[in-house]
Amino acid sequence: MPRFKAYFDRLSHLFLPLSVLVILIIINLIKGADYFKITMVNGAFYGNIPNILFGASELVILAIGMTLVTAASRGQDISIGENGAIASAIFVQYVLNAGEVTLWTILAGFLISCAAGLIIGAFNGTLVSFFKVQPMVATLILFLGGRSIAFIIDGKVSPILANEISNRIGTVIPGVPIQTPIILTVVFIALVAVVLKTTNLRLYVEAVGINPSAARLNGIDPKKIIFMTFLIMGVCAAVAGFIAVNKAGRHDSVNLLKFIMMDAILAVAIGGNSLGGGKFSITGSIIGAYTIEVLNRTLLRLEVEPEAIKAFKAVFIIILMVIASPVVRVSVGKVLDKAKTIVAGYSVRKTVGLNKAVLSVTDTSAGKKEE
Amino acid sequence: MESLSTTKPKSRLSNSNLLFIIAGIIFILMYGFALISFPDSFMQFQTFFDLFNFNAALFIITLGMCIVMIAGGIDISVGAVCGLVTMACAMLLESGGNVWGALLLALGIGLAFGLMHGYLIAYLEIQPFIITLAGMFLAQGLLTTLHKDPINVTWSAFVALRNFTIEIPWLGAVNRLGVFIPCEIKPGVFVVVVLVILYAVLMKWSRFGRNVYAVGGNSQSARMLGINVKKTLFFSYVICGLTAGIGGFVFLMTTGAGNIGNGALFEIKAIAANVIGGILLNGGVGNLLGAPIGTLTLLTINELIRAAGVQSNLQAIVSGLMLYLFIVLQSIIMSLRGSRKFRLALPSWLKLHRLQGNGD
Repeated sequence: MPRFKAYFDRLSHLFLPLSVLVILIIINLIKGADYFKITMVNGAFYGNIPNILFGASELVILAIGMTLVTAASRGQDISIGENGAIASAIFVQYVLNAGEVTLWTILAGFLISCAAGLIIGAFNGTLVSFFKVQPMVATLILFLGGRSIAFIIDGKVSPILANEISNRIGTVIPGVPIQTPIILTVVFIALVAVVLKTTNLRLYVEAVGINPSAARLNGIDPKKIIFMTFLIMGVCAAVAGFIAVNKAGRHDSVNLLKFIMMDAILAVAIGGNSLGGGKFSITGSIIGAYTIEVLNRTLLRLEVEPEAIKAFKAVFIIILMVIASPVVRVSVGKVLDKAKTIVAGYSVRKTVGLNKAVLSVTDTSAGKKEE
Repeated sequence: MESLSTTKPKSRLSNSNLLFIIAGIIFILMYGFALISFPDSFMQFQTFFDLFNFNAALFIITLGMCIVMIAGGIDISVGAVCGLVTMACAMLLESGGNVWGALLLALGIGLAFGLMHGYLIAYLEIQPFIITLAGMFLAQGLLTTLHKDPINVTWSAFVALRNFTIEIPWLGAVNRLGVFIPCEIKPGVFVVVVLVILYAVLMKWSRFGRNVYAVGGNSQSARMLGINVKKTLFFSYVICGLTAGIGGFVFLMTTGAGNIGNGALFEIKAIAANVIGGILLNGGVGNLLGAPIGTLTLLTINELIRAAGVQSNLQAIVSGLMLYLFIVLQSIIMSLRGSRKFRLALPSWLKLHRLQGNGD
């Protein structure tokens, strides 16, 4: 039992996002029992769940990067949508100018856009780590100018990416029943998981986020770590841009990934992470990102007027954050403790003999353990 | 050695004042550059006044944001609240309300958002970014629910207020036809001036203002000094919300129409203006007068880019680059200063007050 309890404690930060997800799914089930229904169309799965996984793929990837940036630099990157737009503009231009489109062209274009993402990340990271500018202000520069850069790279309004392979990356590969963006997201999540498992990145990022000076005294260079998280963020933005542009089939420099940074930051917060840096949970952020997508789709499913969707979303976020707020948690915990002691006292008074026996048994077992 | 000869030892500039002076010098240099390179447009006083005339709402919103930023928080809902206020007031005015009713409505909406943010952030200790993000969504949602199309206020009393301008007969320019045109100032500018003076006094000489600096600098030590941290944070958000309401009304007074796009991106502009003005997002540092100076600098940059005839899609990049230069310059100056032993980040007058307080 104690082992189980420790395991549960370790996952306690996931309680909030998971409970929200469950509540949303229950609301959806009340609306219609066919929520989980999955149909097979042209050899691929469609339905509510695949659509949610499909729709949230960019957001999940960006939320992962945002979690790392938030944890290390104690601030948020607000230029991620613009970074994705720039990186994907480079990808689109490479593919359009490459002539015949093969898998290798797409792959090369993807790698080039990732390199562009790295450069953008380096730009933001330099400002934040070496010039010690607050992240939100440093990324404001690209937030203001990024879409114009993407437009200049495009050279015209929304160039169209019309080729077979892009189409398949954006929708489904024939013979594979799962939509490709979902597969790409899963691969990305797996990669991040492997990196976090095999390297010391998590430890270093958390150390820097909790106390940069203490981390420096322990031999971790906060500048390097913060710089590195921004590089990772740049790659995340490039991958998200790649998926988004292949989904849309065209590069709309004005509307591609517009205002997605708000959702990404929200995902990080719903996932139980502190926006003030420190310990982080990628799993929480991923669940948070899917929760946001479920929320958006639930509001649409409940036939809320499109004008009022934002207001409903706001009310939902506020209720959620109030429930999760430390003050409410502490007071609820106190009430629960009081209830527990009352119940326990009652039961002790009722069955004194039995409780004594139980206590002695636990004492001896504890003693054995200590030996 | 010098201090022996003078009665009052020279105290080093505080961070706030240093950043404020940098902002002021940069603004003067920038405007001087504009005067030299585009004398036709910038030599006229009207150009300078127009910066205020057409952007009075932005000035006001930046002031509210400034107080929250000094307190170490952030409020990204101000732009949306401003837009909501314009739309709500325009609808009220069109359906037969009077100007005072609209003003009360504007203040009420701003106050409501401020109270909500303040309570949730200060007393429930929720992260300000998320709550004000929710506030922004709420305001945008309410705005689109209220009305989707632009409303032009045609009510005569309000139109009179909108078109009301104050002419300065001894300042002006002669146009091409040889007719003398005096400079015009809109009533919104007076609201800006009054609010700047009011808030500057509030931040510099009131107990609340000092508490805001202390809480923003270090909330733990502020609590140990016996400052009511929660109350201070609460009121900073209330003031910010209220200011956004006033900003919305002034916006309506300038343009005379309620529109969904009103006040869009004002929060970002306000943050940028404050940063240029030397108010750091960390909190505890900054001079309130830096907010209008920063806004003026930001607007002058935009005017310069427009006057230089930069291509429309390059304008955003150029203003981004300018912001980059500012940020890097600020950071270099601060790090040069930081390489020597650094004084407290609190403004000097605050320390002076404390010393006197201890003496009592």
